[in-house]
Amino acid sequence: MSMSTRRSFLGSGLALGAGGALATLLPGVSFAAASGAPPFVVVILRGALDGLSAVPPYGDPGYGQARGAIAIARPGADKGALDLNGFFGLHPALPGLHARYAAGELLVVHATASGYRERSHFDGQNVLENGGDKPSGTASGWLNRALGALGPGRADGLALGQNVPLILRGPVPVGSWAPSALPDVEPELIERLRDLYAGDATLAARLDEATRIDALASDEQAMAGDGMKKAAGGIERLKAIAATAGRMLASPQGPRVAVMDAGGWDTHAGEGGADGQLAGRLKGLDQVLESLRQGLGAEWSRTAVLVCTEFGRTVEINGTRGTDHGTGAAAFVLGGAVRGGRVLADWPGLAPRARYEGRDLAPTTDLRSVAKALLKDHLGVPARALADVFPGSTADAARDVVRG
Amino acid sequence: MIPGPDTAAAIATSRFGFGARPGELTGVAGDPRGWLLEQVRKPYQPSAELDGLATGQEALSEFLQGRAERQAARKDARNDAPDGAAKPPDPVQARLRPLYQAHAEARTRIALASPDSFRERLVHFWANHFAVSVDKQICLAAAGALEMEAIRPHVGGRFADMLLAVETHPAMVTYLDNQQSVGPHSEFATRRARRARFDDAARQQRIGLNENLAREILELHTLGVDGGYHQSDVTTFAAVITGWSIGGGEGRLAAGTPGAFVFRAPLHEPGAKTLLGRRYADDGFAQGTAVLRDLAEQPATARHLATKLARHFVADEPPAALVDALAHAYLSRGGELGAMYATLVGADAAWDAAPRKFKTPVDFIYSSLRALDGAPRDPKQLLASFELLGQRHWGPGSPAGWPDREQDWDGADALMQRIEWSVALADRVGNARSAHAAADGALGPLATPSTRSALAHASSGAQALALLLMSPEFQRR
Repeated sequence: MSMSTRRSFLGSGLALGAGGALATLLPGVSFAAASGAPPFVVVILRGALDGLSAVPPYGDPGYGQARGAIAIARPGADKGALDLNGFFGLHPALPGLHARYAAGELLVVHATASGYRERSHFDGQNVLENGGDKPSGTASGWLNRALGALGPGRADGLALGQNVPLILRGPVPVGSWAPSALPDVEPELIERLRDLYAGDATLAARLDEATRIDALASDEQAMAGDGMKKAAGGIERLKAIAATAGRMLASPQGPRVAVMDAGGWDTHAGEGGADGQLAGRLKGLDQVLESLRQGLGAEWSRTAVLVCTEFGRTVEINGTRGTDHGTGAAAFVLGGAVRGGRVLADWPGLAPRARYEGRDLAPTTDLRSVAKALLKDHLGVPARALADVFPGSTADAARDVVRG
Repeated sequence: MIPGPDTAAAIATSRFGFGARPGELTGVAGDPRGWLLEQVRKPYQPSAELDGLATGQEALSEFLQGRAERQAARKDARNDAPDGAAKPPDPVQARLRPLYQAHAEARTRIALASPDSFRERLVHFWANHFAVSVDKQICLAAAGALEMEAIRPHVGGRFADMLLAVETHPAMVTYLDNQQSVGPHSEFATRRARRARFDDAARQQRIGLNENLAREILELHTLGVDGGYHQSDVTTFAAVITGWSIGGGEGRLAAGTPGAFVFRAPLHEPGAKTLLGRRYADDGFAQGTAVLRDLAEQPATARHLATKLARHFVADEPPAALVDALAHAYLSRGGELGAMYATLVGADAAWDAAPRKFKTPVDFIYSSLRALDGAPRDPKQLLASFELLGQRHWGPGSPAGWPDREQDWDGADALMQRIEWSVALADRVGNARSAHAAADGALGPLATPSTRSALAHASSGAQALALLLMSPEFQRR
């Protein structure tokens, strides 16, 4: 039952001393060498986070008018925004992020968008992840192509979940991991399956990835002794995953790049303001990011985390105290490696004529320019490779996103 | 190339159905295509497993009662809050959870026992096409009811009828937030505007359209995202279906049988409307049904449905000729789904002996339990498998439904969880089943020599069963 038995899975392989088993287990056990890239995590908020609530531009005269009952109050008011710079604030359910901002470790990006300009979640997520400007036709994700450009052994990728999201799919093999509530299996069966998968390249590769990640994850979980709350769903589970992921990323044998998903941002009705539906989600996100930070420990100082969503939501609230699909969104870049304590926004304003198609926050910062900066200046992806990572994007990498 | 009868029977049961039960292949081998088509031709007969399950109206009514209790409890708690007292269970969850479990158990038991597993797969396919996700609490019990009431009766019928049944089902109306959507010039909005001149509170409370349901009908249920509609069509369509609501809510939503679909004329945006180049008269409720009927006849809808069907049954990237043929069958036969099924089952491309689909967790669980006749009696244990392998019933998390391509399901960790689950199942079934017999019964000639050899050399009967379930040919269909 216990996760820590995955540790004994590796141990028993060694104890058995079965020559063949040992030889096949060992090469997979180590991830990229410690000389590799610093930790980089992408968190995808699926469903379109309302950036105007998460990062309220309380200084914009149009804000209170457009948002009516769900507007976040100005800093200082009861349940008011947590101030950033006298114009933007953070939603009051984000105290952890606010502390990172104060520590100079959070860069807030606003009025940002991928190359996508329609309003389908699913196409929007495809574009956010494939790094192109069309929803289909690109089978790999930009983060996988970035790993390819880094070259072998520099950084291994890990999806935090049973399966791999599009952003991390592609020619470079990546693992996936989520806590399991099922008992571990005998190494002998794994070896028999390895034989059985000799003619099936996909299953063979997945099995290899799974065994090496399991060995690492069980080590980190056992060391942390945090007994994953397996039965717990929702935010507790995500927090536990984030904490373990942080320790895996911090391990010298660990992956360097990880992707995490969090859903439930599609707030069409009863979105709420300082309290309510969205506030609850934001509070959870704040805690998940804090768990990740704690899991990373000292490695946090070398880490960058990009938190992004497929698009924003309408400037005006709709008829059911929620917001419909929009365009310009907010994103967060945080971590000890980030030049934070700043808001990166070329603010277009909320007045009706300033809006995209008369209804949405106009996008003025290309999210890909932020992602490019992280890949180039943080992960060390060669500048010339960025055109392949983000085909169709001519945006320059944003400057000064990470510390020099 | 058309495979021989034994191979065709194995394909019919695993690719089109939920996998063969012991002995099933023998009966199918006589006429695999006929076996499939007969399942969708015969008139709909509800399974006895569905007796007594909550209807959509009952599920929503339970939700409304639970919500009222929750609000009352909150008020009490505020008035006299005992410090550190244990939190009482959420009344909504307490009412809905058992109803959800009953629906999920019935769905699973039907899928495991059914001799018509092609039809059951189609039930799952269409329920997923019209996905309502139980992570939105209001839909927890209603999602299963939508499948029971709006999908099952229409699986062998016309798409337009299914579409109408789904979009007027209380589960869909509430899942996509249409119940409170108000026309800006509706009777209700006009009254409100008059009052707002004197009443600050009324002025504060904004009312208007919610475009969620309208957008997803166009994007996901009918035309498809590239189906040629624009934002203005979404907004107009949202106005067309204002008033599609449920009874028994709060305030302006109070009238009507609690939980049942109602058309609220006072919320409906008056006037004729032009959508996708066609004008729709001011017919109240019938304005929306007229739009739905027209959407069902659009070539873009035919192509969207054809692509999804071919992807589900044949290959992640289905052959273009097959998609064309399916769309043609749909359009030329007035949206009869049976015409599409007949074309699908008749297509050579669907009978390639090499499997091209990786099983989803639900496919894998159903086919494993069918092959070993190994369903646990305890309903909790039965349903736990779906959670563990990442595909709980009606839980895709988005109106787009569960994805349907290999790369969505073949993650390394997903594979490890399947291995662990297979071992647990094999240990439970133990040596009661011979793996060779199970391979004969489930895969027939599709079992490869290397799998046969692995079974022969396994260290125990249970290990052999786990190897069979995890073999490449059992992981695919």
